[in-house]
Amino acid sequence: MSGPFAVTDCALIAIATGEKAQNIREMHHQLMRTTDEGVMYYHFWGGLLRPHFVDPEYQNHFAGWAYHDLHDRRLAEKLSIINPAHYSSIEELRQRVIEVFEARMDEDGAASRVEAEHPFFFMRSQIVVFDTRLRVDTPEAFTGLIPDLTLGSLFYHFIDSRRRSPSGGDDFSEWLKGWGGRYQELIDEIKTVDPYFNSLFELRDDLAAIFASHLAAEEQK
Amino acid sequence: MTEMLNQYAPIVGSNVIDHLRQLAEPLKGMKVMHVNSTREGGGVAEILHRLIPLKQELGLKAGWEIVAGDSQFYQCTKMMHNTLQGNRSAISSELLNHYEAVNCENYERLRQQLEEADIVFIHDPQPAPLLKYCRSRKGKWIWRCHIDASRPFRQVWKYLKNLVMDYDASIYSLPAFAQPMPHPLYIIPPSIDPLSDKNVALDADEIQGVCRGYGLDPERPIISQISRFDRFKDPVGVIRAYRMAKAFGPPLQLVLAGGTASDDPEGEEVLAEVNAAAKDDPDIHVLLLPPDAHRTINALQRLSTIVIQKSIKEGFGLTVTEALWKGRPVIGGDAGGIRLQVVNHQTGFLVKTAEGAALRIRYLLKHGDRRQEMGETARNFVLENYLLTRHLREYLTLMVAVIRNSSDRIEL
Repeated sequence: MSGPFAVTDCALIAIATGEKAQNIREMHHQLMRTTDEGVMYYHFWGGLLRPHFVDPEYQNHFAGWAYHDLHDRRLAEKLSIINPAHYSSIEELRQRVIEVFEARMDEDGAASRVEAEHPFFFMRSQIVVFDTRLRVDTPEAFTGLIPDLTLGSLFYHFIDSRRRSPSGGDDFSEWLKGWGGRYQELIDEIKTVDPYFNSLFELRDDLAAIFASHLAAEEQK
Repeated sequence: MTEMLNQYAPIVGSNVIDHLRQLAEPLKGMKVMHVNSTREGGGVAEILHRLIPLKQELGLKAGWEIVAGDSQFYQCTKMMHNTLQGNRSAISSELLNHYEAVNCENYERLRQQLEEADIVFIHDPQPAPLLKYCRSRKGKWIWRCHIDASRPFRQVWKYLKNLVMDYDASIYSLPAFAQPMPHPLYIIPPSIDPLSDKNVALDADEIQGVCRGYGLDPERPIISQISRFDRFKDPVGVIRAYRMAKAFGPPLQLVLAGGTASDDPEGEEVLAEVNAAAKDDPDIHVLLLPPDAHRTINALQRLSTIVIQKSIKEGFGLTVTEALWKGRPVIGGDAGGIRLQVVNHQTGFLVKTAEGAALRIRYLLKHGDRRQEMGETARNFVLENYLLTRHLREYLTLMVAVIRNSSDRIEL
């Protein structure tokens, strides 16, 4: 049995690095020299906690830029399929993104020099983490709590956890594992939640619905 | 003590308010000072009017001062504003010397508060030189740039850069506005206050009263641009777009309403140009409003079928946010912060020309169902992203980060 779940909250602030890319070649050049892991993190994950319009088509910033500003649909599609959760490190993720841009340059040399309508601005973030002093003793207690979680808490436990936990998963699932297999179905369903294509508001609704339906079924058993 | 913050809970949720209180804990008792150049007119003053009391309510000793200047000072700072937004005209050394002298006088007046503050926010170029006079400062100094400085006139930027590079950090509304600097370049878009007179819900009688008061016909579509009379807002371009759209038949009315800020010496000149362009058409209503006409502006936005903000340059465009919050799709110039808010076919349309604006006016008039859908999307978008509570959260986060010396991850 797990100990209580400590609800943590966070707030994020974005910082421009001052670097930008106007075409694929410049993007490749900048990606090759970017050693700050916070940059890749921001453009795949950190942006979710920042003011943004949820792009109905392309979620990571690189794919969005390729589509909206370079008008290169082929490149946008290749970038959009990159799932950052599938990479064990930010460095591995950076290499994959570089590969996609290199492949596009190899495919079409002219495309690499096409000027984007608007440049890509490289960003990183600072995250402030704080303990809410709220503790949850049982999974059942989460059912009523999730709709009231702040977006910061949700981001911390569902998104930020992916770079903190060894399994690259979310904190809720990690905690539920400590209850000896009893909540395996719930864990499996949480895994099906795609944090992309949703605002954090919708993500919170999805998680609340999953917890409510599973734990209601559990009570009836 | 917590009354004002709690008023936001029904709109944004009580968890958002709790979050702000927890984030503010480590900042309690700190002296935080904001300095700009006007208390009335323009988005900066509007934001500060609300942000300061909220910071105070969270336990910060927040204050707001202005630098006072004469007409020569404002002439210089207006030129600076215009050149940072891309106009190419040099500012004479005589004007720049005067600008610094005015700042020096203001520094003497504000010396004690500036020296003792834990954090000082300097808004825009007007008070930027204060830092160089404050040699025994105790706190962190942050320069807040509200201007679209993405393509500044280099000569003026070079001068200003020398004044701001020694700040501990700077803040911009968009990454595109951030110029490389030897300190962190924070990105914080501004916000609107849903409880202010400009944005609060109005009853139908009040709205209709404004409609009658300005001689508008409630039965015919109204398009409006609510903005200062400033060339960068392209009010004459809006009149052209209106005329082109109206030529296709719809019985349109156009409202161009705005005031002039006390630190903007060009307002009257632009207003005269607008009046000249509008003459002979009784359906064009050019309204010069006083700086406190917030409820009138609120009503005019709610009376509008479509809101336009056809800026050529725009720092952020709070009038766009206000219109979106009222469920109105916006036709916006493809510039600055408007791009963050107006998403094609979702919350409105971005346009580059008066012709483009006319096309989108016709589209939105024709497709009432789409207008409605886009209006709903627009309101939710602002609710989730551009309300004052989000803005306050980012300021608090930044203050914590700056005080803790800026590591990427700060555990409180």
